Amino acid sequence: MTSTILDMRSITKTFPGVKALQDVSLEVQRGQVHAICGENGAGKSTLMKVLSGVYPSGTFDGEIHFEDKLCQFKDIKSSEAAGIVIIHQELALSPYLSIAENIFLGNEMATRGFVDWNKTNLEASKLLARVGLNDHPTTKVADLGVGKQQLVEIAKALSKKVKLLILDEPTAALNDGDSANLLNLIKHFQQQGITSIMISHKLNEIKAVADKVTIIRDGKTIETLDMHADEITEERIIKGMVGRDLDNRYPFHTPTIGAELLRVEDWTVHHPVDQSRQVVKSANFDVHAGEIVGIAGLMGAGRTELAMSIFGHSYGSRISGRVYKEGVEIQTNSVAAAIKHGIAYATEDRKRYGLNLLDNIMRNVSGAALHKLSRWGWVDGNRERLVAEGFRKSMNIKAPNVAALTGKLSGGNQQKVVLSKWMFANPDVLILDEPTRGIDVGAKYEIYTIINKLADDGKGIVVISSELPELLGICDRIYTLAEGRITANVPREKATAEYLMQFMTQAKDQDAR
Amino acid sequence: MTAVSSALQYLTGQLRQIGLFIALIVIIIFFQITTNGITLAPINVSNLIVQNSYILILAVGMVMVIIAGHIDLSVGSVVAFVGAMSGVMITQWHMPWWLAIIACLVLGAVVGMWQGFWIAYFGIPSFIVTLAGMLTFRGLTQIALQNQQISPFPDEFRALGSGFLPDLGGGTSFLEPLTVILGVLATAGMVYADIKGRATRKKHFLEDEPFSWFLLKLVFTSALILLVTFLLASYRGTPIVLIVMGVLMVGYSAVMANSVWGRHIYAIGGNAHAAELSGVNTKRVNFTLFINMGVLSALAGLVFTAQLNLANPKAGDGFELDAIAAVFIGGAAVTGGIGTVVGAIIGGLIIGILNNGMSIMGVGTEYQQLIKGLVLLAAVAFDVFNKRRAKAATK
Repeated sequence: MTSTILDMRSITKTFPGVKALQDVSLEVQRGQVHAICGENGAGKSTLMKVLSGVYPSGTFDGEIHFEDKLCQFKDIKSSEAAGIVIIHQELALSPYLSIAENIFLGNEMATRGFVDWNKTNLEASKLLARVGLNDHPTTKVADLGVGKQQLVEIAKALSKKVKLLILDEPTAALNDGDSANLLNLIKHFQQQGITSIMISHKLNEIKAVADKVTIIRDGKTIETLDMHADEITEERIIKGMVGRDLDNRYPFHTPTIGAELLRVEDWTVHHPVDQSRQVVKSANFDVHAGEIVGIAGLMGAGRTELAMSIFGHSYGSRISGRVYKEGVEIQTNSVAAAIKHGIAYATEDRKRYGLNLLDNIMRNVSGAALHKLSRWGWVDGNRERLVAEGFRKSMNIKAPNVAALTGKLSGGNQQKVVLSKWMFANPDVLILDEPTRGIDVGAKYEIYTIINKLADDGKGIVVISSELPELLGICDRIYTLAEGRITANVPREKATAEYLMQFMTQAKDQDAR
Repeated sequence: MTAVSSALQYLTGQLRQIGLFIALIVIIIFFQITTNGITLAPINVSNLIVQNSYILILAVGMVMVIIAGHIDLSVGSVVAFVGAMSGVMITQWHMPWWLAIIACLVLGAVVGMWQGFWIAYFGIPSFIVTLAGMLTFRGLTQIALQNQQISPFPDEFRALGSGFLPDLGGGTSFLEPLTVILGVLATAGMVYADIKGRATRKKHFLEDEPFSWFLLKLVFTSALILLVTFLLASYRGTPIVLIVMGVLMVGYSAVMANSVWGRHIYAIGGNAHAAELSGVNTKRVNFTLFINMGVLSALAGLVFTAQLNLANPKAGDGFELDAIAAVFIGGAAVTGGIGTVVGAIIGGLIIGILNNGMSIMGVGTEYQQLIKGLVLLAAVAFDVFNKRRAKAATK
């Protein structure tokens, strides 16, 4: 009755130093909606990139059979020719071109090199009708909301005679109405015989549309569940996503928690461009001296946005709410002001936002607190060298000397430079966004030890992380964040991965009660 | 063996710097031969310094602008505008020459504020703002001069461009004594600073420069300064503008290396996001950067006007391109974050010597342009090639 459309057999993909996928198999039935679930970094996107030819055949081990044929895609174009189209989380539309131009970009309706505009717009409007979009095909994409842009992407996929549609976090940037609309559309396509693979964090959506769900964890397939056969609950899926044992990867730490250092009340932030969309919704949280507080949330929950908006309004628009430092309300509307009030933020993307990769360790370390080393605007180079050299030794930064360029260091050592920079600035509250992303296990342990030491020095630490085990391993208290809202404040004793994941995947209708 | 290989490794890392020096020497030797020794004749060396001074002054400001990731296309027009206003102030408003100089430098600062405002606080890319400035200030020049030339200027003013320090030997000695004293002092100062710098770096284990290379560089630069000293002393002595340039070079090198402001300029050019998230007031730094460029453009305008003894509506045409070329030949990165004042000055000298040598050889301006274009392209291509190789080596 049902037949297999896609069969991926023992896919193994290795990056230098990391096994991203290990012996992963995935079988998708024709005409079904197949969901893929897993924590951030579990390997979902890598698997889809293998399938769509982003990683060409030969750069991974294993076989892909599509419609009973062995496929060796060498790029995206060849996978699209076979009928596999991927829609990425970050939409790939050109904003100043029209809907029709975007749909046929790279695939223009042309005769002898000249675009046939009538045909282009006519074909485009047929496709738009199929996805339920009423806008005129000559409308510029920039004038559409994100929800409609998503539909344009899907129309573009349809224009390529898609047989297997891959959607990566399709509703991450959408509001409730648009999300529901999109899920209906996926159902509708299913009736037309289009198979879909959907990567999603939102378990309620998976329950609503998926026929099957495959759970991936640490680059391995854990299980594939039939959503119709058994009584599959969200708890059941969560267990599959997080079920791993915590071994001794975290240094032991007994906290000495003191007075409240930072309290944030009723913090609301809107998207910088789409100013009607709330990214952070009246968030409240606090940190005490000597305490390590975690913020857990899935991709798109608004973790970084929350932190950066507090740190000098570096993200967002129409920010409202109050920040208290040791009980006194403060203004943090510039980075300099936030630093002056003793708040520091170490970014999740150290290469883009954290370091000057063209400059050396010394000048990166001193960068946030040059005023401490200077008099009358002149930097005391000798003291700067001594300070940087001190950090190089105490933080165990592996470089011959502090004149080494940060661009040439490994991820772990770069992170230590970022931490040194903020330790030298000597803040009271340190917000660490994904402090161990892209760092090997040994360096992670060192970073955790540094975090513990900072807490013991009486600082308040906020750790944002996608890795639940990490938060469970080092935090004294964990807030969960779901779609911009703080959904729970969980003390260490009560925190388990399953318990947190419930609040992290809490759907909008549930928290509205 | 290890000492040799580590020295070699160090030198390949410094290929860009060495390449620049070698290029300078090769070019000098080439012209020295093809012009039958005119290039290094005392009078020509003196002229070379004087006639390139305004480009070098502009290059100092420009390298800072480019390090921060910006560009300034308006400097040629600002040179003309300030030159015109100096003429108007002195001949029509009868201002004393020294007051006119101060007023012109202030005018340059105001020009910089105008452009800096649009770039830093309004967020218009510097390319557009200064392209507009290029047209605006050219127009203002023509308005101020009513499309006429102004000449002559008082002797005290002209000294800024073409004057020499007083001859202590009374014009009779074989070598002009003041120049010799200054040259020896400059050499001694440089040697002292270099040795001291190396000692402190050594103390903190930051030195990876092989001693033999350090010594070679020191001997070479000392010899170069003393050679120039000898040549200048056997002609008319030290040009006043050389003193101005020396002060700018040493001063701005120190600013870029050791001042908070200079550090912030590098930080913004290297990674503007990271600088902002480290609490750097990027807007204010960008604003002051363009004020600085305005003042230096004004200084270049004064020197140029004084040298020609003429305020001319067409003055400064294309100076921005020479200054930008000097900066890139001197090793600055197009994307910002990398570059040095000394590099920009050497780049400016290379262009100056090319101009001078080709003129003496009687090469037509059409070929001069062609050759300068190819030199610029070659210098940047060398950079890109080097970077790619370095990247491949670390992989």
